[in-house]
Amino acid sequence: MLEKALIGGRAYWAWILFLMCVIGAGFLCYLWQLSYGLGITGLSRDVTWGFYISQFTYLVGIAASAVMVVLPYYLHSYKAFGKIAILGEFLAVSAVTMCMLFIFVDMGVPSRIFNMIRYATPNSVMFWDMVVLTGYLLLNITIAWTTLSAEKREEPPPKWIKPFIYISIPWAVSIHTVTAFLYSGLPGRHLWLSAIMAARFLSSAFASGPAFLTLLILIVRSVTNFDPGKEPVQKLAQIVTYAITINVFFLLLEIFTAFYSGIPEHKASFIYLFVGLDGHSKLVPWMWASVALSVLSIVLLVNPVTRHNEKTLAFACLAVFAGTWIDKGLGLVVGGFIPSPLGKITEYVPTAPELMISLGVYAVGFLVLTILYKIATAVKEEIAA
Amino acid sequence: MYDAGKIFAGLIIFILLVTSPFWYNRAMGKSLQMPVPKIVTTERLCVLPRAEMRARHMALLDNWRQTVVRTGERTYVTEDGRRFNMSLTLTCMKCHPNKSEFCDKCHNYEEVQPICWNCHVTPEEKPK
Amino acid sequence: MKISKRDFLKIAGVGLAGLAVKPALRAIAQAERPVAAPKSGIFAGKRMGMVIDARKCTTKDGCRDCITACHAAHNVPDIRDPKNPGLVDVRHEVKWIWTEPYRNAFPTAEQRFMDEEIERKPFLVFCNHCDNPPCVRVCPTKATWKREDGIVMVDWHRCIGCRFCLAACPYGSRSFNWFDPRPFIGRQNPEFPTRMKGVAEKCTFCEERLSRGQAPACVEACKEKAMFFGDLNDAKIEARKMLRARFSIRRKPELGTSPQVYYLV
Repeated sequence: MLEKALIGGRAYWAWILFLMCVIGAGFLCYLWQLSYGLGITGLSRDVTWGFYISQFTYLVGIAASAVMVVLPYYLHSYKAFGKIAILGEFLAVSAVTMCMLFIFVDMGVPSRIFNMIRYATPNSVMFWDMVVLTGYLLLNITIAWTTLSAEKREEPPPKWIKPFIYISIPWAVSIHTVTAFLYSGLPGRHLWLSAIMAARFLSSAFASGPAFLTLLILIVRSVTNFDPGKEPVQKLAQIVTYAITINVFFLLLEIFTAFYSGIPEHKASFIYLFVGLDGHSKLVPWMWASVALSVLSIVLLVNPVTRHNEKTLAFACLAVFAGTWIDKGLGLVVGGFIPSPLGKITEYVPTAPELMISLGVYAVGFLVLTILYKIATAVKEEIAA
Repeated sequence: MYDAGKIFAGLIIFILLVTSPFWYNRAMGKSLQMPVPKIVTTERLCVLPRAEMRARHMALLDNWRQTVVRTGERTYVTEDGRRFNMSLTLTCMKCHPNKSEFCDKCHNYEEVQPICWNCHVTPEEKPK
Repeated sequence: MKISKRDFLKIAGVGLAGLAVKPALRAIAQAERPVAAPKSGIFAGKRMGMVIDARKCTTKDGCRDCITACHAAHNVPDIRDPKNPGLVDVRHEVKWIWTEPYRNAFPTAEQRFMDEEIERKPFLVFCNHCDNPPCVRVCPTKATWKREDGIVMVDWHRCIGCRFCLAACPYGSRSFNWFDPRPFIGRQNPEFPTRMKGVAEKCTFCEERLSRGQAPACVEACKEKAMFFGDLNDAKIEARKMLRARFSIRRKPELGTSPQVYYLV
């Protein structure tokens, strides 16, 4: 089926070429980072995780797109999702690939990556993150490829794939939970030291994943002959609506605990993020933009008129994506490091090489996504004919 | 044979590419002779016999660093009862301080790049 | 038996992957030699710890002997702000021991009304070698681990530079090498390695000196004899006597890390 990715029109190949160029530029910047060190990024002794890790954290959420389609379809026989299950699973493959690449480019000594397997440390959450991400990647590749091959042969999928599909559902929950545990078990970081960190990760994931998937479906509909229909899009929109509302609610819960308790360590990071602390306020406009985008998306999604209209729905999904991206991709990780355990503030701004490397990783993810979606839509078009 | 011309042309290009390391090194003037590391110490015996050191010094150093760093145990006892401090800088390089004429000779020939000296200070670099 | 090319390739691939089983198992099954039983006292023991007499310490008069000694003995780089070499590069600095005012060293014990001397006094801060270290808990390769004598060590051969330990430390005691530190090292101590770019580092209670029967560099360098080191399980050592005689505080004790650096205030 891979050969289907080699057949495409001018626009397709122009897009692939563009992605390759971005990957190339990102790769060159990465070589620079390898030779100089992580000092070319905006990271510092106080803010030790920044853009790379925050992108990984956010993309784990996008990978939830698969489970949000798989769960209703396989567990509750919601037939309308049958057509887009493959798109969700392929998006998960692309997202997890990017996650792993972001972790890789963030490492100080990447040549020692196998030390994580050689010296496996079960008490380290990072070890388990490696396990669950790898497992989820393999699960989705296996499930997607097997079901798509079966569909191409116009047969039902083989019976042995069913247990893998069922396992993938709690496994998807685990990738978010474990990634949240990276943060929520650290005694010195009070922005993250919250019992609902994993719940927030899940709600944000179930909002951003399906939102992005909705956008992709709308794009697929316009550039290919594959049209899954209106119903899956509307159901996804409903899921996003609930998830983004719960996500904003969870944020308000966090703010209540921090400010009603009045404990300085609990309040400090929120004050830095939303008001500014000691004259440092680089993230303040971003955080309020995120709030505005999330609230706007809730308004557009809750209202059935704007939810049914696919143009306003697309805009709402974009707002959900952008809002959750700022929240998780900028605010959460960087905010957790400010103020430092000694009460100092060192702000963080990603540097140009850092952003170029990140764009390179995103381009790899989009390349994987493009190729996989090309194959999926080609197969679907073929059977429809 | 169909396309005989293309096949033979391809074969010749392939053979040229595959043997390129050899004639490239020749062109660069790199010697094909076995390197002879220069020994400056008057000690007669290394930690292990010469042949064993040649074959296994990397494994020995790896074992030393594991033992010293992870267990804190710093004394190595050879089979014939001699004791050594398990340290590259303090033991090995006391007798072999001439890294560029000793260690590097074989490493460069073999295109091996041990990262030991990224961190462990070489005696030649000492005064700063 | 007829077998398709595709299936043959699949079987061959799995067969090849099987070749990796033995080396993989061998790598994972690496066992480490147990440590020899430690002797009690100043240089070895079960619970190495530090007691600092903050009243005797003269950091307020500008004394930085302990810091200088430590950083010199361990080739700790002095990284300066490239735009202003008079200032330290706070983003990339590497420090094993340094001073902080009370409100930064003990942020959860801050008070509006307090002893003026203590309020202004620079306190020595470094790795606390906690009994329950979060950095050890999170390290995915055990490149940082807790020895039997209580010292939290770092293995620079194994560190992958993920910086989870820096995130986990609630005291900000750990540093990372954002680039090659060698150009920033003053006089290199040839008897101790430098580190390379990409690894994390921190105070190791001078374990290499302890193995030679020497006290930590900072303790030895202190002219006021304000630092006491040893096995806190041994009731006979000076450090324990000081802890019995005087009131001591520790940094952020409420976090459950059980830090083993005590400050006599």
